[in-house]
Amino acid sequence: MTSIDLPYTKRTLANGLDVIVHEDHHVPIVAVNIWYHVGSKNERPGRTGFAHLFEHLMFEGSEHHNTGFFPPLQQAGALLNGSTNTDRTNYWAVVPTSAIDRALWMESDRMGYLLPAVTRERFETQRDVVLNERRQNYENRPYGMAIMAITSALYPPDHPYSWMTIGSADDIRAMQLEDVQAFFRTYYHPSNASLVLAGDIDTPRAFDLAEQYFGDLPPGTRPVPVIAAASLAREQRLVMEDRVELPRVYIAWLSPAMFAPDDAELDLVADLMANGKTSRLYRTLVYERRIALDVSAHQHSRELGSFFLLAATAAPGQSLAEIYAEIDAELDRHSAMGPTDDEMERALAQAEAQFIYRLQTVGGFGGKSDQLNAYNVLLGNPGFFTADLDRYRRATHDSVRSAAARHLRRDARVVLSVIPRGQNALALAGSEPVTVS
Amino acid sequence: MTGVDRSRLPAVGPDPAFSFPEIARHTLSNGLEVRTVEHASVPLLTILLQVEGGSGADASDREGLAAIVADMVDEGTGALSAIDVSDAMARIGADYDVDVSPDVMSFSITTLARFATRGASLLADMTTKPSMRETDFTRVRQMRLDRLKQLKDLPPAVAERAFLRLMYAQHPYGHVPIGSDTALKRISLDDTSALHSAMFRPSHATLVMTGALSHQEMLEIAKSAFGEWADVGARGTPVQRASAIEPSEMAPPRLAIVPREAAAQSELRIGHLSARRNTPDYPALLVMNALLGGQFVSRINLKLREEKAYTYGARTGFDWRRGLSPFVLQASVHTASTADAIADAIAEIEGLRDSRPPTQDELVLAKASLTRGYPRNFETAQQVARSVAQLALYDLPDSYFAEFVPKVNAIGEDDVTRAAMQYLVPEKMSTLIVGDHSAIADSLDTLGLGTPRVLPPEL
Repeated sequence: MTSIDLPYTKRTLANGLDVIVHEDHHVPIVAVNIWYHVGSKNERPGRTGFAHLFEHLMFEGSEHHNTGFFPPLQQAGALLNGSTNTDRTNYWAVVPTSAIDRALWMESDRMGYLLPAVTRERFETQRDVVLNERRQNYENRPYGMAIMAITSALYPPDHPYSWMTIGSADDIRAMQLEDVQAFFRTYYHPSNASLVLAGDIDTPRAFDLAEQYFGDLPPGTRPVPVIAAASLAREQRLVMEDRVELPRVYIAWLSPAMFAPDDAELDLVADLMANGKTSRLYRTLVYERRIALDVSAHQHSRELGSFFLLAATAAPGQSLAEIYAEIDAELDRHSAMGPTDDEMERALAQAEAQFIYRLQTVGGFGGKSDQLNAYNVLLGNPGFFTADLDRYRRATHDSVRSAAARHLRRDARVVLSVIPRGQNALALAGSEPVTVS
Repeated sequence: MTGVDRSRLPAVGPDPAFSFPEIARHTLSNGLEVRTVEHASVPLLTILLQVEGGSGADASDREGLAAIVADMVDEGTGALSAIDVSDAMARIGADYDVDVSPDVMSFSITTLARFATRGASLLADMTTKPSMRETDFTRVRQMRLDRLKQLKDLPPAVAERAFLRLMYAQHPYGHVPIGSDTALKRISLDDTSALHSAMFRPSHATLVMTGALSHQEMLEIAKSAFGEWADVGARGTPVQRASAIEPSEMAPPRLAIVPREAAAQSELRIGHLSARRNTPDYPALLVMNALLGGQFVSRINLKLREEKAYTYGARTGFDWRRGLSPFVLQASVHTASTADAIADAIAEIEGLRDSRPPTQDELVLAKASLTRGYPRNFETAQQVARSVAQLALYDLPDSYFAEFVPKVNAIGEDDVTRAAMQYLVPEKMSTLIVGDHSAIADSLDTLGLGTPRVLPPEL
C-alpha cells in the first residue's frame, strides 16, 4: 500500500494565530492560505449573506494599501481568490517564491487594519456585485433555487444552516456599513484564524515571516462556538416550479457532521449509489431503464451537521414517481444486504486515489494548504490527513450498510420535486408548493 | 523580528529559476508520435491521446457527430461492456477525461504510477477498438438529445451556441460540439464508426505521457499498449480540417437577441473573428487581452464590476483554434443595466485603440501577471500533459515554454496598441444578448447598433 502523507510543522503565535508550514520545492511557488473560522453559520436571521459580503470587502483594500487587493499581487504573478461557506471563510494566493513578503504584508494588513478602508461607496458597490452574483448563480440558473428550498425544509428557521451562504436578496439589500465593524471585530483577528504557508519555502523562514508580519496584531477574543440542532420527524414532500424542461427529484436527509462516525461511510454510500456507470442508481435509472437523465448523490459534510442529498432528473416523458420508487427500492436493498465485495474494493481504490490526487497542488481551493487548514480549523489537528484516509480504509461492509440504514430513512427526509412551470401534475403526489425568492 | 514597515509594499524579488519540462519524443513504427515528460512530485501518471479532428470535422448535416464518437470511446471494448470499462477504471482509481475541441479531441487517464501499464492498455483498447454497439449508441445519442433540451434553460450555453453561429455561420467552427437536435437525430451508428476509423489513426495522433516514471519506462509502456495499433484509416475518407476552410466574408448583424422572458440577468457576448492561435502576434494579443479584460484588474472588469456594479464579473478572451478565432467579451449583467453595460464595454475596447492607450503601469502589470506566475502551470502531471498536447495541436516547438516569458516581456506599449488596432474592430463587433427582450428593447435603441436580430433559442 502506498504511504500517503502530508507532513507539516505547526506553531501558534502569542496572539493566537495558528501557523502551519509544509515544504514542497517542486515548483518555485508558495501558497498562502488563511482560514477565518466564520461563515454563514455565524449569521442571524435578517442578516443572512453577511459573511460572504464581508469576504468581498476584504478585496477592496486595507489601511496601508487603501486600494484594490488584486493589483499588487497579480503584478507579482499571483493567483488569488477567496470563498465563504457555512462554516468558514478562506483566502488564498499562490505566489512566486519571490513575492512571499508582499503577500504576507497584504494579508496581515487586511487582518489587522481593514476597517479604515471600508468606505460607504465600496460597501454599496460590493453589495450590488453580490446581488449580481446571486442572480447569476442562483436565480438565472435552472434548478438554481432548489437547494434553498431544501435547506430551509431540513433545518428550523433559527438554525443557521436553514439559509444559504449567499443570503436572501432582501437581507443583502438591507445591510448597513455599520454592521461591518462589529463583524470584523468579532471574527477577523489572529485567534480566530489559521495561516498555512505551503510550497517552496524553508520552514524556519516561513515561521520568521509569519511572526514578522502577523506577530504584533492584537489577538481578539475567540468567538463563542455556534450550537444548533436539527431533526426531522417525517417525510416532507415539496414541489417548486422553475424555468426547466425536465422535472427533477431531490431527496435530502440530515446526516452526521464532518468527521463524525458514519460521515466517511455515507461518503462511500454516495459513491456506490451514484458515482460512475458502475454505481447502483446510475446503472438502473440511467443505463438500464433509462428513466433518468442523470443521478447524483453526495454527503455534504459540515461542521454542525451534514446532509445527504440524492438527485435525479427525469428523462423526457418519464415520471418522478417511478424514479423515486426505484431509489427507495435500491436503498432498501442496500439496507438489507449492504455493499458487495466488489463495490467495497472499488470504493476503497477510488478513495485512496482521491487522497493521492489531493497531494498534487500546494494552493488554491482543495490544494494541500487548504486541506491543512481544514483539518486544523475543524479538528485542531493539521496532521489528520492519514487518519482521514484511514476512516475510509476502516469502513467495512457492515459499517457502510448500517450507516445508510440508520441515516437514509424514509420517515425522516425532505423530498422536493422541481417541475416545469404550470405542470404540477409532474410532481410527486402529496407535495406542498414551496416558493423561495 | 517583529515590526513591519507599513508605509510601503515590499518589493518583489527576482523571478525564481524554473526548469521547464524536458520533452522526449519518439515515433512508433505505426507512426504514432509519443512525447514523454518525467514529473515525479506525486506517484501519478497521466496518459493522454490526442487525435486529429474535433467538432470541426463534423459535416454540416452531422453536427455533433465527433462528440458522439468521443462518447462511444468509454462505452465498451473487446469483451468489456460499458459497465466493465467503468469498473476497470475505478479499480485503478483512474480519472478519465475527454475533451472535444474544434480541431482535435483528447482522451486521458490519470492513475497511480503503479497502475501505469494497466491504465495505458485500457486507454489504448478504448480509443482504438471501441465496440460501437447499437444499444450503447442509441443510449448515448438519446442522452445528448436530452442534454440539448436542458441546455436551452442555461443562458451561458444558449449564448455560446448562438454566438458561434453568428461568428461563423455555416463554417464547421460554427457549432458547439454537442451539435443540434436535427443533426443528432440524423446521425447513425454507421456515421459514428466511419468517423472513428477516419479520425483514430496512429499517424494522425499524439500520445503524451507525464508522470513519476522515466522516459524509457513510459516509452516501453506506450509501445506495449499502442504499438500494435494499425493505420487502417489511411484507406478511408480524410477527416475534414476546419482550419483549412476560410470563414465567409459576410458580416454578421451588429446586435442580436435570444429572448428569455423575465430573465434576472442578460447574458452578453460581444466580439468578432480576430486572429489565429499561431499568429506571431500571439504574445502581444495576450498582453492586450490581459489588460483589457483577461484578469480581475482589467479595464473592463474594473469598470463593469468594481465601478458600476453591473455584474459579478466580466472578462474577455480569444476562443483559440487553428483557424480564425473569435475575440469575445462575456458577462452576465443585471437586466436593468444591459444597455449601459454594453455601451461601457464597447467604450473600453474603443478607448484602448485610440484615446486611452495602455499606461506603463498597466503594461507592467499585465506582463507580470502572465509571466511571473507561469511556472504555476506545470505543477501537476495533468497540467503538463495538456500543455505538451497543446504544442502538438498548434505545431509549436518544444522550446515554446522556455521562450514564453521572454517573448511576453518583449512586448511594448506600441505592440499592444498596434494589436488592438489590427485585431479589435469595434464597428465590426456583434453583440449578442440572451435576456428579457421586452424589458430592455427601448434601451437598446440608444446603442446605435440597429434593430436587434431576434434569434430562436435553438440554432
